[in-house]
Amino acid sequence: MSIRTEQMTLNMGPQHPSTHGVFRLVLTIEGETIVKAEPVIGYLHRGSEKLAENLLYTQFIPYTDRLDYLNAMTNNYIYCAGVEELLDWEIPERAEYLRVLVMELNRIASHLVWWGTFLLDIGALSPFLYAFRDRDLILDRLNEISGARMTFNYVRIGGVKWDAPDGWIEKVQETVKEVRENIHEYDRLVTGNEIFQARTIGVGKITQEDAINWGLSGPIARGSGLKFDLRKEEPYSIYDRFDFDVPTFQEGDVYARYKTRIAEMHESLKIIEQACADIPDGEYIHKKGKRIMMIKPKPGEVYKRCEASKGEIGVYIVSDGKTQPYRVKLRRPSFVNVQILQDYLVGEPIANLVAIFGSLDIVLGEVDA
Amino acid sequence: MTEEYLELVSARINNIAGHDSAVEEAKLNFGKPMVTISTENWTQDTARMLHDDPELKFNFLSCLTGIDYEEHMEVVYNLYSIPHNQYLYVKVKTPRDNPEVQSVQPVWKTADWLERETYDLLGISFPGHRNLKRILLEDDWEGHPLRKDYVTDKKAMGLD
Amino acid sequence: MELKGFQDLEKYDPRLAEDLKRNVLFTKVEQVKAWARTRSLWPLTFGLACCAIEMMGTGAARYDFDRFGVIFRASPRHADLMIVAGTVTAKMAPVLRQLYDQMPEPKWVIAMGSCATCGGPYKNAYSVLNGVDKIVPVDVYVPGCPPTPPALLDGVELLREKIRREARGEQVVAKK
Repeated sequence: MSIRTEQMTLNMGPQHPSTHGVFRLVLTIEGETIVKAEPVIGYLHRGSEKLAENLLYTQFIPYTDRLDYLNAMTNNYIYCAGVEELLDWEIPERAEYLRVLVMELNRIASHLVWWGTFLLDIGALSPFLYAFRDRDLILDRLNEISGARMTFNYVRIGGVKWDAPDGWIEKVQETVKEVRENIHEYDRLVTGNEIFQARTIGVGKITQEDAINWGLSGPIARGSGLKFDLRKEEPYSIYDRFDFDVPTFQEGDVYARYKTRIAEMHESLKIIEQACADIPDGEYIHKKGKRIMMIKPKPGEVYKRCEASKGEIGVYIVSDGKTQPYRVKLRRPSFVNVQILQDYLVGEPIANLVAIFGSLDIVLGEVDA
Repeated sequence: MTEEYLELVSARINNIAGHDSAVEEAKLNFGKPMVTISTENWTQDTARMLHDDPELKFNFLSCLTGIDYEEHMEVVYNLYSIPHNQYLYVKVKTPRDNPEVQSVQPVWKTADWLERETYDLLGISFPGHRNLKRILLEDDWEGHPLRKDYVTDKKAMGLD
Repeated sequence: MELKGFQDLEKYDPRLAEDLKRNVLFTKVEQVKAWARTRSLWPLTFGLACCAIEMMGTGAARYDFDRFGVIFRASPRHADLMIVAGTVTAKMAPVLRQLYDQMPEPKWVIAMGSCATCGGPYKNAYSVLNGVDKIVPVDVYVPGCPPTPPALLDGVELLREKIRREARGEQVVAKK
C-alpha cells in the first residue's frame, strides 16, 4: 500500500528573521521539496518615485539613501550622476576621488553586513558580531566625513557636500589595514568550514545564460562566470585610473557567490588604498553646485547606471525643464535579482531555501522602493 | 559607430514590421541610440530579433520604465548588448485611455517583475505576460499612483 | 530606621537583628515584577526598513544590547517588546497589528525613527501610514532617521523608567 501525500502551503514572512525585512514567500511543498514558490513583495513600498516628482532635484537625494540603505553612497552617486549628465557639468577631480573613496568604503560595509547576516541565517552566530564590529569601524570613517552613520546624503549634484576633515585620509589608510587583516581572519574562520561548505557547495546553481536572461548583475552574475563589472566595462567616475581585478567564479552556486563577495572586498580595499595615495587638492564641488538649490536641467531624458554592491543600479530621469524631475525611475538591483526565486526554488529542499535566498543579498528597501 | 548601429536597428525593426515607417524617430540621446515606435509595431518578434540577431544581440534588459506624458504613455526599454558593448533605448508609445504594450517577458525574463511594476504603478497592460497582477500595492488598490492625475488623499485612506 | 513588622526584635539574636536591618526591604509585588521586567525586555525581531539595520547594530558587538537583558526573539509569542524599526505601509499595517495581538501581556512598543513616529520623510507618500501609533499604542518614541544605536539604548532606558514609575502608580504618557 502506498502512502498518500498531500501538498501543503507554507507561508514564510513577512515577519521572518531570515528575510531581513518584510519579504514574504508563499511556498507549496511536497514533503521536504518545494514545488512552487511565490514571492510577495511591497510591504515596504514607500512610493519614492512619486515623491520625486514633487521635490526639487536636490531634495530627492536623501530618498535615494533610503532605497538600499546598506549601500547609500552609490545610490546618492548614481542619482547625482544622472542629473549631472543632463546638466553637462564638469566635476572637480578631488570630488571624484572622495566619491570613489566613500563608495568603496560603503561597498565593504555592505558586503560585511551580508557576510554576517548570511552566516547567521545558515546557523553561525558569531560571524554576525565580527562583521558588525568591522562595519562600525568603516561607519566611523563615513560618519566623520558625512555626519551620518547610514543615510549619508553626502554625494551632491556637482560633487560632494563637504571636503574631508583634517587627517581623514590617514585614518582611512589605518582602517584599510585593520579591515584587511580582519577579512583574512574571517576567511580563515568560515570559508574552509566543512559544515558551511556542505550547505553551500552545489546549492542554488545559476547558469550564465540564465543569469543574463534574468538580468542578474553584480556578485551573483560574477559568481556564475560572467566577467562583467561596470567599473571595468564602462568606467564611470574615475574608476579607469585604478588597478583592480574583477573576481569571477564559474560554479554559479551559493559558495561561488560567497567567494566573489569576499574577493570583492579585497579589491575594494585595493582601490581605496590607491585613491588615498593619489587624491589631489582642490575644489570638492562644482562652483554652481555649491550655491544653487534650484537646478533646471534642459528637457531630455537619460539612463545612467553603475555598479552597486548588490549589482547594477540605474536611474532614468526625465526632465521637462522645470525645477522638479518629471519622472524618476530607479532600476534597483535587488528587485531584479530577487525575482529568480520563483523559478529557482522549485525542486529544492526547504533546508536550501535560506541559503539560496541569503546568497542573493537583497535589501527590502530597494526591492519595494 | 553608434550612428551606424542606430541605422542598423531602425532597418531591422522596419524589416520586421514590413513597412518603412515603423520607427517614428531615431536619434542619439547622450551618445546612445534611441528609437521610438508605436505600440502596434512593437511585437514579440521585434523583441526576439533584438535579442537574437547576431549583429545586435541585446541580451541584457537593463531597465524597463513607464512614463505618463498626459497625452500619451510610453514604455522605455533600456537594452544592453554584453557581447557588443552597445546600448539601445527603445521607446514604445501607447495611447493613454487604453495603454497596452506587448509583453517581452518570454524574451527577457527580467521583464517579469518590471512589467508587473509598470502595470501596478501606471496601469499599462502587457498582453502575453505570464502572471500580470499588482506587485507592490495590495490587489484591491484603486488607481495607479504614478499617473499624473492620481490624487493622494491619505485622510480618506485612513493613513493620516 | 525602624523596621515595621519586627516590633519584637529584641527576642531575636542581636546579630540576626542587625542582619535583618541590612537585608530586608519592603516593596509591592507590582514593583518587584516591574524590576524583573525592566531587566529582561525581549523584543521581537521585527525590522522593517533602514532602522532595522541600526537595531541590528545595537545588538552587535559594539553596543551590545544583551547587557541590558534585551535579547531578540523571533516569535511574537516570546516577546514583550515590539521595536517598530522603520516605515509602516498600508500593506504592512494589518500584519503589524496581528503580530502585536499575538504578543502576550504585558507588552510595550517603541516607535524607532521618524517613519514609525509620524511618517517621517515619507509623510506625503501614498502608501505610508503616518505613525505607527495609529494602529498600536506606543510607549516610547525614538527620533532620528535612523536613530543611532545610543539613541535606541536611551529609548530602552526611558521605557524601563516608564515601567518602574507605572508600577509605583504614576501615569506616564509618551509625548511626540
